[in-house]
Amino acid sequence: MANSLFEEKLNSNEFLVTTEIGPPKGADVSEMVHHIDLLKDNVDAINITDHQSSVMRFPSLGGCLLVKERGGEPILQVTCRDRNRLALQADLLLAYSRDICNVLCLTGDSIDVGDHKEAKPVFDADSVQLLRMIRTMESGKDMSGEDLKGALKFCIGASVHPEADFIEPQLIKFEKKVAAGAQFFQTQGIFDLASLRRFMQYASQFDVRILAGIIVLASARMARYMNDNVPGIIVSEAIIDELAGVEKGKGLEKGIEIAARLIKTIKEENLCHGVHIMAVGNERIVPEILEQAKLPSMPTKAQ
Amino acid sequence: MIVAEQKPLEEIRRMIIPYERVLILGCGTCMTVCDAGGEREVSFLHSALRVAQAKSGNETHTFSEYTLKRQCDPEFLDVLDDKIDDVDTVLSLGCGIGVQALAERFPALPVLPGVNTSFMGMAKELGVWDERCAACGDCRLEETAGICPITRCTKGILNGPCAGTKNGKCEANKDMDCAWVLIYKRLERLEQLEKMRRYYPMRNFRAIPRPKRITSKISVDVVDVGEDNG
Ligand code: SF4
Ligand code: SF4
Repeated sequence: MANSLFEEKLNSNEFLVTTEIGPPKGADVSEMVHHIDLLKDNVDAINITDHQSSVMRFPSLGGCLLVKERGGEPILQVTCRDRNRLALQADLLLAYSRDICNVLCLTGDSIDVGDHKEAKPVFDADSVQLLRMIRTMESGKDMSGEDLKGALKFCIGASVHPEADFIEPQLIKFEKKVAAGAQFFQTQGIFDLASLRRFMQYASQFDVRILAGIIVLASARMARYMNDNVPGIIVSEAIIDELAGVEKGKGLEKGIEIAARLIKTIKEENLCHGVHIMAVGNERIVPEILEQAKLPSMPTKAQ
Repeated sequence: MIVAEQKPLEEIRRMIIPYERVLILGCGTCMTVCDAGGEREVSFLHSALRVAQAKSGNETHTFSEYTLKRQCDPEFLDVLDDKIDDVDTVLSLGCGIGVQALAERFPALPVLPGVNTSFMGMAKELGVWDERCAACGDCRLEETAGICPITRCTKGILNGPCAGTKNGKCEANKDMDCAWVLIYKRLERLEQLEKMRRYYPMRNFRAIPRPKRITSKISVDVVDVGEDNG
């Protein structure tokens, strides 16, 4: 099987744009399909989140199937929170059988931050182990050493947190992910380009593609809420002040402007290999951000 | 040691409804140390149940109390032989193991759990206990500088911190230290950070096929030697 479209682009050195869609809480996927249609030709791939923030939703695999159906390029987000090694492997087999080959390997948020706080946390694997699990499966064996019928080949990625307030242990983990075979990284939200520059100075020694995570904020309140409640998010005071300075109702506009500005600088200064836009519930505004950042929609897919 | 909390009085009162004569049975070991079910707590609970009964006015339980040296060891249960004939149930303030030891030893006697057994841990400060070990059956404290990632990291992950840690605290609970920040700092201090750089594969949950039985190596060796010689 040939490389996925996304993998080919990763290898092409072009500036990549990915984004993500959070599936609905419920079986009505019409809005998600609408978002897929809106975004699929504007970005290089669409992540479908896996019960993001531990909130139960339509499954990421189901969302990826829809992306495929609509002619887009999906990235399957897989967390280890809800599935043990049997279920993880089975889902990967299903994904591959349906030509869903890009996988973002995550440990997953803690159950405690979600909406089913009394559920049993699984965490049979962590993100590093999940990456290795996929490479093992590609070698033709499952995690018990039994032969798998049919060859598999995935394009695998992971996340990294360049703005973590205690970076050293995060970098050790990043290197473990690289060693485990991660080909690309979509970072946690970047708000301060200095930290991205610092991180890239270090990360450029590794043969991996780094897409800077861009979170689109809709208000100062949302930023503060995320700082307090969403694992791993650290919105800088400068950005919060900027959002707080606009008149009521103009927050999202400002958020779009900030996101576009960050993307533009990253691209112009060639800071990393691309961006991953997280619009958290405002998926429809992604094309506008790209427009403002002056990134031509869908750089290579035109012909 | 094992740490537990006494169940709410209302729950205990509901459990004892079917039984007239209730023996409140304490445990002199872990449950005494963690203030959940020692002699003192037995006597407090005894008074509380009497007061509640007097207030309600329409119940006729009779209560008695006793505290064993230890409830989880059959040999310490012998002293109960002549006590249980006079009761309809034992309300145990022993840990879950104590309650089950009683149930096994006295097949015809209903036993009720008076505490919620919570974890294995240690006293952190006066009146505060912290979980420290989940009895995973494959102790990895050598690799993690004496700090258990399985119990102290909410996710029990083995290859370093998740991205959710902030200010040294855990994403799941801002009052709890992130285990992996603690591990990193201690490994750094011990100049053993290479232990964190190592890859650790998924855990072997067969290390403890539940329920597990451990046979004393000493007695087994004695038997083996005997057989060889025989
Ligand atoms: S690794 Fe942790 S849970 Fe396992 S035996 Fe050691 S202290 Fe207990
Ligand atoms: S913040 Fe630290 S302790 Fe909490 S789940 Fe993440 S790694 Fe584990």
